[in-house]
Amino acid sequence: MTSVFIQAFIYLCAAVVMVPLAKRLGLGSVLGYLIAGVIIGPITGLVGQETTTIQHFAEFGVVMMLFLVGLELEPATLWKMRSRLLGLGGLQVLLTALAIFGIALALGQPWRIALAIGLIFSLSSTAIVLQTFNEKGLSKTEGGRSAFSVLLLQDIAVIPMLALIPLLAMPELLSTTTDSSHGEGHHESLSLVAGLPSWLAAVIVMASITGVVLAGKFLSRPLFRFVAESGLREAFTAASLMLVIGIAALMSLVGLSPALGTFLAGVVLANSEFRHELEADIEPFKGLLLGLFFITVGAGINFEVFSENFAVIVALALGLMLLKALILLGLAMMFRVQASDRWLFFLSLAQAGEFGFVLITYSASQHVLPQELVQLLSMVVALSMFLTPALFIFYEKVIQPRYRQQTSNKETDHVDEQAPVIIAGIGRFGQVVNRLLIANHIPTVVLDYKAQQIDRLRGINIKSYYGDASRSELLHTAGIEHARLLVIAIDDKAKAVDMVKHVKHHYPHIQVLVRAYDRGHHYELNDAGADYVISEVYNSALQLAGEALQRSGIHPFRAEQLKQHYSRTEHEFFDSLFNSWRNEGEHIGFDDHYRKLFINFQEKLTEVMQHAPDDRHSGAERGWTPPPKGYSDKLDT
Amino acid sequence: MPRVLILFAHPSLHRSEVNRHLLEASKGHEQVTVVDLYSEYPTFLIDIEREQQRLRDHDVVVFMFPLYWYSTPSILKEWQDLVLEYGFAYGPGGTALHGKQFMCALSAGGAEKAYHADGYNHFTIRELLQPLEQTASLTGMRYLPPFALFGARTATEEGRLNDHIAQWQQLLTALTQGEVTNSIPTDALTINPFITEHKAV
Repeated sequence: MTSVFIQAFIYLCAAVVMVPLAKRLGLGSVLGYLIAGVIIGPITGLVGQETTTIQHFAEFGVVMMLFLVGLELEPATLWKMRSRLLGLGGLQVLLTALAIFGIALALGQPWRIALAIGLIFSLSSTAIVLQTFNEKGLSKTEGGRSAFSVLLLQDIAVIPMLALIPLLAMPELLSTTTDSSHGEGHHESLSLVAGLPSWLAAVIVMASITGVVLAGKFLSRPLFRFVAESGLREAFTAASLMLVIGIAALMSLVGLSPALGTFLAGVVLANSEFRHELEADIEPFKGLLLGLFFITVGAGINFEVFSENFAVIVALALGLMLLKALILLGLAMMFRVQASDRWLFFLSLAQAGEFGFVLITYSASQHVLPQELVQLLSMVVALSMFLTPALFIFYEKVIQPRYRQQTSNKETDHVDEQAPVIIAGIGRFGQVVNRLLIANHIPTVVLDYKAQQIDRLRGINIKSYYGDASRSELLHTAGIEHARLLVIAIDDKAKAVDMVKHVKHHYPHIQVLVRAYDRGHHYELNDAGADYVISEVYNSALQLAGEALQRSGIHPFRAEQLKQHYSRTEHEFFDSLFNSWRNEGEHIGFDDHYRKLFINFQEKLTEVMQHAPDDRHSGAERGWTPPPKGYSDKLDT
Repeated sequence: MPRVLILFAHPSLHRSEVNRHLLEASKGHEQVTVVDLYSEYPTFLIDIEREQQRLRDHDVVVFMFPLYWYSTPSILKEWQDLVLEYGFAYGPGGTALHGKQFMCALSAGGAEKAYHADGYNHFTIRELLQPLEQTASLTGMRYLPPFALFGARTATEEGRLNDHIAQWQQLLTALTQGEVTNSIPTDALTINPFITEHKAV
C-alpha cells in the first residue's frame, strides 16, 4: 500500500508541477504531461517498469473521452458525417498503410512485417488530438470536425486490424518466442465469443450493440431519474461510471473496441436531459486518466534504445510525420477542407498514436514483429507523439493569425452560433425567458435540478437538462466558456449569489442576468457583480398598480406615465439606498441611515406624483407641458 | 470646430437598406455624436434633460430618417414634442438653440420627379418638410436644404447607394469644418447638387 501511495504521489507531483508550467509557456497540457513523464521516467528513474501496466489502465481515459465526444454528437450529426467518416477516414487509413507498407518493403522488410508496420503507423493519436482540440477550442471548427471523423474511423479500423494481425504471423518468429506467447495468451481468455462458430459470434456482437443502443434509449432514463431523485450527487457519479465501465466491459467481452462502444452509448445519450450532468461527472476522471496516459508515454521512452538508434529513430519519426502529413494534405484538398482548417487537419493528425502501441504489443505476441523492431517502432510512435504539441503550437502561432484577418467577418456569425444563453432554473420565470429567446432563434441551454420538471418540459419540446446549475462543473459542460449570457432564475437565494460570484470571477466577459427575490437579495446580487438584476414581482406589481390607477378613473396614457415616473424615481434612489445597505449590512434598525433614506424615497415618490404645473423639474409633469396661457402674443413681438 | 449631433430614427433597422449604411458611415468622427433614438428609447421614454444637454453641446443638429407619410418616423416627432420645451427652445429665455444649424438627411421611396407639382406627390420635398423648417425658424436655427436620396427602395439595385454615402461623408466633413455656409441658395430643393459641384460646398 505504501508503495502505491508513493507512486501515485510521484505521478501527481510531476503533473502538478509540469502541466501548469507548460500551459503558462503556451505549450499545452499534453506536452506538459509528456515532459513530466520523461522527468520521472528515463531522466530520474523514479518510476520504472510498472509504467506499461499503468498505461493499459490509463488507456481507459481514451474510452471515457470517446464517451464524452459521443455525448456532444447527436445521432443526426453523426449521420451527416458519414461520407466524411468513410471517405476521408477510410482513405487516410488505406493510403497511409499502403504507402508505409511500400516503403518498408523497399527498406528490405518481409511483406508480413511491412504490412504490420503500415497498419501500426496509419493510426493517429485520438488522445492527444482531441484533448488539444478541447483545450484550444478547435473541436467545432471545420478542420477539427474533419480530423475527428478520421480519428473515429481509425478507432473502428483497429478491430479488423486486430483480427488481421494473427494471420501475418512469421513462422520463423514462432519458434524463438513461444515463451512469451503463453504470457499474453490468457489475456484473451475472458471472452464471450471465443471458440464459437463465426455466425454465432456475429449474432452475439450484433446483439450487444443493439443492446447498448436500446438500453441507452429506454433504460437509461428511468435509471438516471431514479438515481437523480435520491438527490445524492455521488450516487449519480457512481451511476455514470457504472454505465461507462459496464459498456467497456461488455464490448471487451464480445471482442469489440470499448472506445467504440462507449462512443456509441454517448451518441445515444446525446439527446438525454442527463447529458450535461453525465459530462460533468465523467470529465474529471477522463482528464486524470488521460494525463496519466500521457505521463506513461513520456516515462516509457527508453533512453538506451533511443541513443543507440538516435539517427534512425529521429529520421523514421520525421519521415513518418512528413509522409502522413502529405497524404492528409492531399485528402484535405480532395474533400475541400479550406484555408486554416486544412492546415489544422494535416498538422494535427501527422503522428502515430496510442493504438499504435496496442498493435505493436499485440503483433509481438502474435509473432509478427521481432523484439528489436518492437523497441524501435515504439520509440518512433512515442517521438512522433512528443512532436505533435509542437505542430499545434506552430498552427496556433503562425497559421491561425494569418487566416484570422481574412475570415473575421465570417467568424462573428460562427461565434454567435455556438454562443448560447444558459438559463439556470426553468420554473415559471425561466420558461418565459426561454420561450422568447428560442422563438427568436437564440440558442439556449436550460438547466434545472428537478428531474420531474425537466421531464415535463421535454414533453412540450423544450430542450433542457438535468443538473444542479450552481455546480461549476455542470456550468462548464453546459458551455459557460462559450456562452454570451447567463440567466439565473433559481429559487435558492444564496446559491444564486454564489453563482454570480463564481461566474463573474472566472468568466468576467459573460453577462449575468439575475432574478432577485426581494430588495435585500437584489442588493446582494448587485454586490456579487451581476450585470442586470430584476426583482421577481416588481413588474407585475407595477402592472397591476397601473391597472388599479386606470380603474380609479385615471386616463390610461397618464397612468402609464405615472408608472414610468415611479420606476424612474425608484431607479434614481437605487444607488444611494444600495450604498447605504452595503455600509450597514443586513441589520437595519429604526434610527439608521438606510431607514431614513427609504422614508426620504417614499416622500420623493409622493412629491413626484403630485401636480406641479410650473416646475419644469417636477418629473410627472415634464413632457407635453403646454406653454403658458397667452404665450403666443409674446412670440409675435 | 462645429460639433454635429445626428438624431437617427429608423424603427426597423434590420430591414433598412439605406439608412443603416448612412448610420454606420456617420460613426467614428470625433466631432460627430450619433444617437439612435429607437435604440436608446425603445419604449419612447425620452429623457428630456439628457436630450436638451446634447443640444447645448452641439452646433449642428441633423435629423436622419426614412420619410414616413411625408414626415419623420414617430419617435422624432415625440422627441420634438418633449425636448423642444417652452423656455428652452422658444419663448422667454428659450434661446438654447439660437445660431445652430439644422438639417434633415432623409431617404424617400418616391422618385425625384414625383416630388413636384406635376408629380403624384404634388409637393417638393422642401415644401413637405416645411413644419420642420418653421420649427427651426421659431427656435432660431439656420435651416439647410435637406440631404435626400430619392427612389431609395431601389438605390442598392441601381448602384446609387455608394455614391450617396460618399456624398454624405463629404457633407458631414464639411459640416464639422464649418464649411457649409449660407452660400447655398435659400430656395434650393436639396443640398445634394452643391456637394458635387463645389468640393467643400
